[in-house]
Amino acid sequence: MSSSATGWINWLVSPGIFTYSFMQNAWLSGTIIAIVCGVAGFFTMLRGSAFAAHALPKIGFAGAAGAVWLSVNPLWGLSVFAVGGALGIGWLGKGARRDVIIGLILAFGLGTGALFLSFNNEYAAGAIALLFGQIVGVSTGEVIDTAVLAALCLALLVVLYRPLLFASVAPDNAEARGVSLRSIDIWFLVVIGIATAVTVPIVGALLSFSLLVGPAAAASYLTHRPSHAMMLSVAIALLSLWIGVALAYDTGWPVGFFVATLVVIAYAVARITAQWRVSRLSRVAPAE
Amino acid sequence: MNRILSFVFAPGFFSNEQVVNALWLGGVIAVVAGAVGVFTVLRGQSFAGHAMSDMGAAGAAGSLLAGGTAVTGFLSFSVIAGALVDLLGVRPRDRDVATGLVLTAVLGLGSLFLFFDTRVVGAPEMILFGSIFDSEPSLTPILSGLALLMLVLMLILYRPLVFSSLSAETAGARGVPVRLIGFIYMLLLAVSVGETALIVGSLLSTALLIGPASTALRLTSRIGRAIPLAALIGLLCTWLGILLAYDSYYWPPAGRGWPVSFFITGLVLALYLASRMWPQGAPTRALAD
Amino acid sequence: MTSQTFSTSPVLTVSHVGMKFLNRSVLEDIELTIGAGEFIGLIGPNGAGKSTLLRILLGLQKPTRGTVEILGSPVRRGNRYIGYVPQKIHLDPATPLSGRDLAGLGLDGHRYGIAFFNRKRHAQIDEALEMVDARHLADAPVGRLSGGEQQRLLIAQALLTHPQILLLDEPLSNLDIKSAREVVRLVARIQREHGVTVILVAHDMNPLIDVMDRIIYLAQGRAAIGPVDVVVQSDVLSTLYGYPVEVIRTRNRILVVGGQDSGIEDFSVTGGEHCHGTEVLST
Ligand SMILES: Nc1ncnc2c1ncn2[C@@H]1O[C@H](COP(=O)(O)OP(=O)(O)O)[C@@H](O)[C@H]1O
Ligand SMILES: [Mg+2]
Repeated sequence: MSSSATGWINWLVSPGIFTYSFMQNAWLSGTIIAIVCGVAGFFTMLRGSAFAAHALPKIGFAGAAGAVWLSVNPLWGLSVFAVGGALGIGWLGKGARRDVIIGLILAFGLGTGALFLSFNNEYAAGAIALLFGQIVGVSTGEVIDTAVLAALCLALLVVLYRPLLFASVAPDNAEARGVSLRSIDIWFLVVIGIATAVTVPIVGALLSFSLLVGPAAAASYLTHRPSHAMMLSVAIALLSLWIGVALAYDTGWPVGFFVATLVVIAYAVARITAQWRVSRLSRVAPAE
Repeated sequence: MNRILSFVFAPGFFSNEQVVNALWLGGVIAVVAGAVGVFTVLRGQSFAGHAMSDMGAAGAAGSLLAGGTAVTGFLSFSVIAGALVDLLGVRPRDRDVATGLVLTAVLGLGSLFLFFDTRVVGAPEMILFGSIFDSEPSLTPILSGLALLMLVLMLILYRPLVFSSLSAETAGARGVPVRLIGFIYMLLLAVSVGETALIVGSLLSTALLIGPASTALRLTSRIGRAIPLAALIGLLCTWLGILLAYDSYYWPPAGRGWPVSFFITGLVLALYLASRMWPQGAPTRALAD
Repeated sequence: MTSQTFSTSPVLTVSHVGMKFLNRSVLEDIELTIGAGEFIGLIGPNGAGKSTLLRILLGLQKPTRGTVEILGSPVRRGNRYIGYVPQKIHLDPATPLSGRDLAGLGLDGHRYGIAFFNRKRHAQIDEALEMVDARHLADAPVGRLSGGEQQRLLIAQALLTHPQILLLDEPLSNLDIKSAREVVRLVARIQREHGVTVILVAHDMNPLIDVMDRIIYLAQGRAAIGPVDVVVQSDVLSTLYGYPVEVIRTRNRILVVGGQDSGIEDFSVTGGEHCHGTEVLST
């Protein structure tokens, strides 16, 4: 029994997983990413911005494909397109249905991505890798970039915290108290854009949104204090990412697949736990 | 005159079988997507529509991996996804998160399939970005028949569908089976998205679904007029896109043509942006909420 | 349109206010003066422009015409002397906020940065919760509360700045009769005990009859203000609507009934109510 457990652990923590420098980069930037996504995800869930969180990585992917074609660092293309897409959604979103705007910008972004991919003379493995994500996605130099962008993201969230919470929960009241819904909205989209740019190289453009949607949604079933929910969301994101990176190292499969699967499991567990708790409470105290 | 014509329609445009097939199929899906899209926009289900195309892609990737065809994967997965999304939530914000999570689960698996498909060079691009010029000619009658079936179904359901899309509560109060209509509509959307995704690529089918529809709804507030208008706009964008893609064969930088999807999405977005300049005859509050 | 009857000094003056949305006139030449501590019911059918009028008072929408003066100065956004409870708030059952968090947003939700725990802030929020009998909801998850309980938290939120004017947009619309009565009683108590001027929007005037000092009846973009017995009369409302309507007083309910024709040509997304034949316009 215990020998099979150690066997599993030995398999999970296979040789080199902590010692290779690319793995150290992956652990480091993975940790940073999970913290940013856990916190930003709290507001993504609160505002119902899952579509934006899903669209921006793919728009960023188009930028990365362009960067590969122009032989610049894909992280730059990724950041410029993700943040540009966020601004475009915020700017055009006025007086129109938000989901329509997101869909249109997403489609055009991907059309541009297809164009850039077709410009690449050989099979653009670098760009395609960004779709799926890879543990070797971040070089030592890029860990610094990731850290700086993540710090910027968190700083923005700290500054925006109260008006963002207010505008997300009770937009009409917030507006009446002088909060500009529009600028809050645009700033928040920029936050998602930056979070996207740092997440995509490791988790991949297809699934990086799962880190923004899943952990926070799971946490919201387990607590009703914002601070606890954020911490829980970060914890779930960290766990999913760490295990995901380890499994990706062991199997050679894409990180995104593992992260998405773990996040969905966390959500299901949280939801079932909450339901079970509610039904048990109502049995114990039927009056309240 | 001839010079201009042959400049616009590069030599061989109409005699090329692949091109003619592409024009026909592209036209068919554009018309259906435009019509279905009007309801997608009205019901605020763009995310669901987009998610279905992604899930269809997951299905196609899995199907290719198992030695099947892309078309079965696309259609079966997007229909299953449509049913799931419909079951999951009614209120917009619940639906948003729920859609996101279903998408996470299915796309997680799909990305794994796609990843294995990368061993077949070009398979992911084919699934994601489409292959309008290389679609199986034998599929054309099947896809066209399916499209016709959907248009007929929409015609039959037209009034209750409009009613329940505009105001579900009132429609329910007047005895319209809102849930059932919603479910049938979801399946319509799924088949339409599946077809579109198969032909122009899963990542881009969203453009044809919501672009022409939202443009049309900017130009008229009458649904009866918006539907044919959306179909027309979709048709125009698709044909023009195909034409440009054909013409671009000798364009720089690579000299092997620019992708159709770039032109179509670009045209769709451009038309939508142009329509926003249009003076709004009717308040679009119902759309802005 | 109707006589002004209040003894205190005005806290709110609306003169010649008109509002157009793309050539469609929603409000026309509205004239109102409201005194300190009054309880005003703002009544009118759907789409009459009630919410629009509130948004103008809050400075969220600029009227196309006319001026509004509140507490002696022109309207401005974010005025802390006006408390606002909006028409609808959708809270997901899993919203990770407690009652105190939701109410507390009224105190400093508009400020940048994070709120750190602070005994004074805590006490202020609890005091507001006390005012709406929601002290016991302080630690409850807001998403799981009933509509009436959420409504009370939102009123507490609006009260946190100690406003002199309280604007409530259809606070009763999603409540059952019992909770609606409780909310009305609560608002009336706040109005009396704290001298707050209340404007409460409703499409049904009946729950407010006992507590209203005056009524503003809004229809076809025009407004009539005065005591209920003066305003809610067939002739006054017929002038307002522009076609004959009848006021029926049955037992202790008031019904406003009218006839109007407008066919449905095509379904349209412009919204608004299609009217067919005779129907109850408001009650
Ligand atoms: N921002 C806006 N743009 C266009 N029309 C609007 C806008 N706001 C309100 N309206 C229109 O003004 C009318 C009055 O709306 P509203 O004030 O919400 O009515 P009520 O609250 O009395 O039901 C409605 O017909 C509505 O469609
Ligand atoms: Mg209203």
